Amino acid sequence: MTAALWSLVLLPAGVGIALVLAGATSAPRGRAVVDRAAFPVAIATAAAALVLALVAAAGRPAAQVPFLLGAPVGLAVDGLSAVVVPSVAAVVLLVLVFSAADVHQAPARFAGLMLLFAASVSVTATATTLPALLLAWEVMGAASYALIGFWWRESDRVSAGTTAFLTTRAADLGLYLAVAAAYAGGAGMELADLPDAAGGWQDVVAAGLLVAALGKAAQLPFSWWLSRAMEGPSPVSALLHSAAMVAMGGYLLLRVEPLLAASGWAATATAWVGALTAVALGVVALAQRDLKQLLAASTAAQLGFVVLAAGVGAVTGGTAQLLAHAAVKALLFLSAGAWLAALGTKQLPALVGVARRWRVVGISAVVGLLALAGVPPLALWATKDAVLAVTKEVSPVLYGVGLVAVALSAAYAGKALVVVVRAGRPGAPWDTEQEGTREVPALAQVPLVVLAVLAVGLVVLGLPPVEHLLGRVVAGEAPAGASVVELLTSAVVAVVALVVVAVLVRRDRLPEPAWARSWLGLGTASGAVVSATLRLAEGAARADDALGRRVGALAGGVLATSSAVGAADDRLDAGVRGLARSSDDAADLLTRGDTGVDRAVHGVAAGARRLGDLARKPQTGQLHTYYVQSAGVLAACAVGLVLLVTLR
Amino acid sequence: MLSLVVFLPLVAAVVLAAARGLPDAAARWAWVVVSLVEVALVAVLWWRYETPAPLSSTESGLAFEEQVPWIPGVGTSYHVGLDGLSLPLVALTVVVFAACSIYALREDRRPRTQAALFLFLQTACLGVFAAADLIVFFVFFDLSIVGMYFAIAGWGHGSAQRSALQFFLYTFLGSLALLLGFIGLYVASGTFDMVELAANPPLVGAGVTGGLVLATVLVGLAVKTPTVPFHTWLPPAHTDASAVGSAVLAAVLLKMGTYGFVRIAMPMLPDAWRDFAWVILAVGIVSVVWGALVALAQTDLKRMVAYTSVNHMGYIVMAVGAAGLVGGSDEQARQLAITGAVTQMVSHGLITGALFLLAGVLHARAGTYEMGRFGGLAGRAPRFAVLLPVAAFASLGLPGFSGFIAELQMFTGSIAIAPVTAVALVGILLTAALFLRALQRLLTGEPGELTASFRDVRASELLAVAPLLVLATLLGVLPRPLLDVIEPAAGTVAALVAR
Repeated sequence: MTAALWSLVLLPAGVGIALVLAGATSAPRGRAVVDRAAFPVAIATAAAALVLALVAAAGRPAAQVPFLLGAPVGLAVDGLSAVVVPSVAAVVLLVLVFSAADVHQAPARFAGLMLLFAASVSVTATATTLPALLLAWEVMGAASYALIGFWWRESDRVSAGTTAFLTTRAADLGLYLAVAAAYAGGAGMELADLPDAAGGWQDVVAAGLLVAALGKAAQLPFSWWLSRAMEGPSPVSALLHSAAMVAMGGYLLLRVEPLLAASGWAATATAWVGALTAVALGVVALAQRDLKQLLAASTAAQLGFVVLAAGVGAVTGGTAQLLAHAAVKALLFLSAGAWLAALGTKQLPALVGVARRWRVVGISAVVGLLALAGVPPLALWATKDAVLAVTKEVSPVLYGVGLVAVALSAAYAGKALVVVVRAGRPGAPWDTEQEGTREVPALAQVPLVVLAVLAVGLVVLGLPPVEHLLGRVVAGEAPAGASVVELLTSAVVAVVALVVVAVLVRRDRLPEPAWARSWLGLGTASGAVVSATLRLAEGAARADDALGRRVGALAGGVLATSSAVGAADDRLDAGVRGLARSSDDAADLLTRGDTGVDRAVHGVAAGARRLGDLARKPQTGQLHTYYVQSAGVLAACAVGLVLLVTLR
Repeated sequence: MLSLVVFLPLVAAVVLAAARGLPDAAARWAWVVVSLVEVALVAVLWWRYETPAPLSSTESGLAFEEQVPWIPGVGTSYHVGLDGLSLPLVALTVVVFAACSIYALREDRRPRTQAALFLFLQTACLGVFAAADLIVFFVFFDLSIVGMYFAIAGWGHGSAQRSALQFFLYTFLGSLALLLGFIGLYVASGTFDMVELAANPPLVGAGVTGGLVLATVLVGLAVKTPTVPFHTWLPPAHTDASAVGSAVLAAVLLKMGTYGFVRIAMPMLPDAWRDFAWVILAVGIVSVVWGALVALAQTDLKRMVAYTSVNHMGYIVMAVGAAGLVGGSDEQARQLAITGAVTQMVSHGLITGALFLLAGVLHARAGTYEMGRFGGLAGRAPRFAVLLPVAAFASLGLPGFSGFIAELQMFTGSIAIAPVTAVALVGILLTAALFLRALQRLLTGEPGELTASFRDVRASELLAVAPLLVLATLLGVLPRPLLDVIEPAAGTVAALVAR
């Protein structure tokens, strides 16, 4: 059974890496073959991974291998991952089918990276130890970088990938810290054991995991990268927002909910960040004029409910919300992608009435938008209430904030809905972003239909009896669930908000304040952080160059001193030679006299000459002479040290 | 067997130097063959290696030990052996030199002399890691400096003479400080034998004297590593050295400094090390952050990679510093930090070696490392566009590569001992930023002025770089074979420094 678990990870990873390498390095003719085969191979792999995921979900295997000292890599399929892993595999498969019709450039690289991305998500979802989690977590970030910046010829898109990677990696530092804190706290590396970490270390682990999860889930204050990520291909957005990266941020918090609860403050902080993100990014979504930007902001807002769920301990509701959102958001991004490919635009004014043009896409998208709005009896309506029902028990204030977020969900989904279904002429031209094909391939429509059915059907996840079943699987107990009053309240709130927005949009009176359109200035803030860092780096580089110059000057000074000494030496030498000469002369004068004196003076002269020659030797500019000199200096120091040690 | 591994390259070097009439091609291939034989020999050593019994008054803690009297008067002998600290570095050395010999198959400037010089250098490097006697260590240490001086001066570019001289003077002065420390150890103990010195550290409880001896050893090693503020010789030396010169300098020679910490300073001066631990740790953190920040501002690829070495070596210094904070800390955490430090030496050698060879490709094609003059290389050079990102992601510590294994161990161990080291985590983020910026400038966007003339990576360059990256990946995915060798030795050092 562990074979299924390992294959679930290794098969997509291996095939993915092979596709990327083959697509990048083979000769042109070979590359054509690889590119043609890429999607069929990738889809087959994803289908196999789905089967393996189902097998693993049924068998619940667990495996552990030694990795670092006291820090093994562990994978297991438990209740939570038994639900999530097959869902992820299914979304990957559907998105790849859509991509086969949508992505024409470098398909081998694209499909390979998507499989690698999927493999890293599988590891993230099944990780039972921190090293396994961190490993997958960062590979997931790197794969998203490569996918967002997929069209590498355009610098903006690569920058968007860089923003995503750096923002999420900044948050990932929390995970590095959590690993160390868990180690120091003596709880071991098992995620399940983290609440046992000693004293303050438990708080550090909780804080680190929380930050890392908020980064990936694009919660406040990390949401900006998600806006930039819209530069990537639409299928990437569909996967990234529904089942991969962003969703995994929420998933991690659900998984470590016992830790959050054990620390106390972390649970409260988690709940509030989730609720506030749901409201703030809801406002941002409402103000967008670009369909993909609207959907991106709505992802952060909808994940806010998952994060809220983790904070209040509504693991079942949070899981239901995660799954329902995955289906809805994949559907909507694929629809937006289909329209972008066909019409060359994702600007809302240009998309007026687009749902009427291609019926299958149109109806699917309308279902998706109604589900996103939280209208009954569609999926997100009941799942949100499953979260809010528990929230109400914990804090009525948070419940109130949650209801505001419910109204906003209906509002932003309603805004897009009214635009795409209303009759009339588009208010802006097509083909502003790329050349539209004016068609939606049949293959691209298949995943849309499947996902639309799920967007309706997954409502059962938030309603008994399936809700109870889900609860027993993921949390070991059936949740109390939302009361009829609560379900009705949110339904009424959603429908009213939807109607109000519909009226406002029809009259062109819906406010779109600049601060909300610009994602609350988060982009400006992140730009400021980047430019401040770069200025700091340039300052450091200047200081470092100055240090280098000073050391160089010191070396130059030493050389200059030594040549000055050399010059003095030369003079000394000349003096000695002069002395020698004069001694010679004197000797000549005295030559008739005492030969003994003569011999002595000659001896002195010869000795002086030899000394002079010797003194000139060090300035030869050759390495070995520096060597000798340094050895002399060294010997002097050594004598000092010897004295020091022996006299001690 | 070990002496054969150490001296075979020297014999080959002498033969090559003497064979004046040898055709260039034969000289190049002779180098490749000898370096591959060395790889095979070390593979055999690794295969036959069994973790020796830990160091004690009766056990040397070394495998493949050889000892021949040399200058008995001063208590020095030709004494070599390997353990879990040195075997990985010996393996790294032969792999990096083999990669360089393959890369140099296209060298047209005095290839026979270059081959002889690098074979000589290889013996010097292997000798340093195999040495179990301080004088043997020092002799090889200095020979490596001399060899590298000629490698930079003879085959470099730009102001290679000046950079080479600066490198020589700086690191040579550092080695003299080191020798001074060795003499201090000798005077206090009457032996230069590293096994004896580690088994019975001489200056325990010696207060100021022990501190002074450690200070001289530390300065010597800090210059070689290099740490801030002794690192300024490194960027010019790298920028003006040839690709293979840089690769050897970064991959192997820098490790002599960090190896000295775990091999000499920690076991032989344990109480002084514990007294200095906070200083060492602080220097490590500063090197991490400073190296990464300065690297971020570079526009020259090779200078940038050179500064990332300061950052990467900084993690090692931080970790071994933390491992000296014995009071109240868990021995396993200190072992983890030291294991991470040794893993980082191997990992940095493989990855930075690859990065410098790739930088060499850039220079070979366009005569410059200036990143702003390229752009969109992914279209011109698909192989380069795979190798460089792989090397960059490996260097920025992405999981799946050896750098991650090393950094995770060093951080986990260090933070568990001294939570303040968490500050250095920012280095992980900064290196990610600088490598992504570099990739973006070189590979993506519109073609730059030099892009059109860029020819993709050749077969010999691919065969030199790819094995290094494959090894870095293997160690990243399956670290146990390496860690099984390092961990016992790291545990010994952790215990020795706690005495």
